Amino acid sequence: MTTEPYPVPSPSVSTPSAPTPSGPTPGPADAAPGTPEVLTGSGAILQTLKLLGVTDVFGLPGGAVIPLYDELMNQDDIRHILVRHEQGAGHAAEGYASSSNRVGVAIATSGPGATNLVTAIADAYMDSVPLLAITGQVFSTLMGTDAFQEADIVGITMPITKHSFLVKRPEDIPAALASAFLICNTGRPGPVLVDITKDAQQNSAPFLWPPKLDLPGYRPITKAHGKQVQAAAALLAGAKKPVLYVGGGVIRAKASPELLEFAELTNTPVVTTLMARGAFPDSHEQHLGMPGMHGTVSAVLALQESDLIIALGARFDDRVTGKASEFAPHATIVHVDVDPAEIGKIRAADVPIVGDAKDVIADLTTAYRDAITTTTPDVAEWWTYLNGLRKQFPLGYTEPADGLLAPQYVIQRIGELTGPEGVYAAGVGQHQMWAAQFIKYERPNSWLNSGGAGTMGYSVPAAMGAKVAEPDRMVWAIDGDGCFQMTNQELATCTINNIPIKVAIINNSSLGMVRQWQSLFYDGRHSFTDLNTGHGTAMVPDFVKMADAYGALGIRVTSADQVDDAIKLALATNDRPVVIDFIVSRDAMVWPMVPQGLSNSSVQYAKDHAPTWGEE
Amino acid sequence: MSTHVLSLLVEDKPGLLTRVAGLFARRGFNIESLAVGHSEIPGLSRITILVDVEDAPLEQVTKQLNKLINVIKIVELDPALSVHREHLLVKVRADNTTRSQVLEAVTLFRARVVDVSTDAVVIEVTGDSGKIQAFLRVVEPYGIKEIAQSGLLAIGRGSKSITERVFKN
Repeated sequence: MTTEPYPVPSPSVSTPSAPTPSGPTPGPADAAPGTPEVLTGSGAILQTLKLLGVTDVFGLPGGAVIPLYDELMNQDDIRHILVRHEQGAGHAAEGYASSSNRVGVAIATSGPGATNLVTAIADAYMDSVPLLAITGQVFSTLMGTDAFQEADIVGITMPITKHSFLVKRPEDIPAALASAFLICNTGRPGPVLVDITKDAQQNSAPFLWPPKLDLPGYRPITKAHGKQVQAAAALLAGAKKPVLYVGGGVIRAKASPELLEFAELTNTPVVTTLMARGAFPDSHEQHLGMPGMHGTVSAVLALQESDLIIALGARFDDRVTGKASEFAPHATIVHVDVDPAEIGKIRAADVPIVGDAKDVIADLTTAYRDAITTTTPDVAEWWTYLNGLRKQFPLGYTEPADGLLAPQYVIQRIGELTGPEGVYAAGVGQHQMWAAQFIKYERPNSWLNSGGAGTMGYSVPAAMGAKVAEPDRMVWAIDGDGCFQMTNQELATCTINNIPIKVAIINNSSLGMVRQWQSLFYDGRHSFTDLNTGHGTAMVPDFVKMADAYGALGIRVTSADQVDDAIKLALATNDRPVVIDFIVSRDAMVWPMVPQGLSNSSVQYAKDHAPTWGEE
Repeated sequence: MSTHVLSLLVEDKPGLLTRVAGLFARRGFNIESLAVGHSEIPGLSRITILVDVEDAPLEQVTKQLNKLINVIKIVELDPALSVHREHLLVKVRADNTTRSQVLEAVTLFRARVVDVSTDAVVIEVTGDSGKIQAFLRVVEPYGIKEIAQSGLLAIGRGSKSITERVFKN
């Protein structure tokens, strides 16, 4: 990652090592030279955020952050958006970051305010989202006494943050926040928590900028080893069945242009994981689609049968590999990742390359040009095979037998009518998979979802955050009826703050993905997956009435002929949020599917329909 | 399983030990022994960890430890190229009839008596784990009342230091 969009202070480190990444140094604070301005800790928090380039924060006040909120009233550089639940602030900051590659900031008070951020922090940790969480803490004199609204949030979040800071003195605030900012936005991005006691916010200290950053143990590697890059290029030049296995790291590294050049030069098939949808244009003829449990047959089998996998910013997640011991048995692995701990974690790498995807892919392109002066690549037969799979097993769906709307159709039309410049944030479950499959993504940062953690409730607040970061784009929350009921309170935030997102509830009246597994693997015993929100039920709650109550435009769609009109009305309505309640069939299933724990060779195109392919 | 000795150079920051120990716990590894103390550089501590794991998972834990912001350097110390010591305080039952035999064991092991009472002695022993275990076996028949044992300490042989290597680059 570069720190380009957000200047951070050059860390002047006391120890002689530590080539810590640095960006251009911003100008000094407004104070006159020589006499640093004295600020309260709260003032220092805001001044630091401003100097770091932060323009928007999401939060909710409480006892331990009242001093900070008091200072927020004194300035207009930073827009604060008051959420209705701290989890909403966390996911909004994630959506903000994932749609724009800028750091997302969430603020919460101590105790329950801070613990409400935990889910979003865990989510950001799994999906490498640059999230800065700022929490209030009780007075330093009260810490450890079980004081009112006290929680050890640094301790609680230790396993799910890239790092965390506890600040008890106002003079330590600029360095802590600047360090947190640097850490969350460089190397492999991730969430960083800064916990600031109430007395540190209240007391005053001279504001010194830029602060001295003391991070001798933080040395992210960005430039890869030249010999390994050459070895990878030579393997690719000689491979008969190569695949580029593209993960979310390519999006975080802003490496899509380099990937496009590399892929076209090498004529290698490309698959993009759930986290990487949009990293490579879906319309590109070399793109086979998404691999994994619900990937296309051609993408799944391309990985499974390849002789060379070049993994770029991907981590061999179990949802991609299926049974890891049987994953791609004949493939040599080139693994490119900025995080050395990912390399060899699941699958041993024959050529490990630690580095930033943007730099490494550019280096690979250069090295490949050299390699093909001595080797003539031949992937024609491989392409013939893969094109055959593509033709034989295209993504598709069957119309539901019950005559109700096909959810896939709804999602496909949303994508087609909105176009690739839109932003699509999904919840978790069947609708998430359909949104990954049936919307065509052409650019990075257009697809937001909770991939690693699988957090239901991500969609509405993430869409809200994306709309704040990218106000000129159409932003959709593609949500399920289950997910929507977890975080829909942020519709109030959207209405009040003029954040006109569009919510498509794919209402199948069920916790649909669990229901699908119950249908397939638990003898159709649908234990507690019926939500009674859809067709033929009590419809509690009524999502259209709910939209109305929140000041949003509510639309109900029950048949295919209403779909386009509703989507067009939503796209034309930008003075308030829109909620469309698409009443869809509950029997629709996500296909293709690799059943959990099985080899990817067991991919099923549809129920009881496994493709045949050449066994070796 | 095989034992490994890891020497960590870390920043002396609150919560550091929790971060390190938490990583082991999350991966289901048992820390056999742990010793923490100051290093030769102010503000930096050295942690010596003895773990019993296979090589592959150990590599993963080492990589994860390296990701901790406050961890500066991790080195696995090869037993052949490093010196290992443990420190033991043991309270052994010793009255008039047995004290001389206990004291003889103390002499043989080049241990030291640091406290004497009418029916017990407190003995201090320093050595590698083999010596410590052997000593305990010898005094065990007299009755061991209490043991306090330090974690393993280890340092590389020769003139080079880990810290020098870290700060030279």
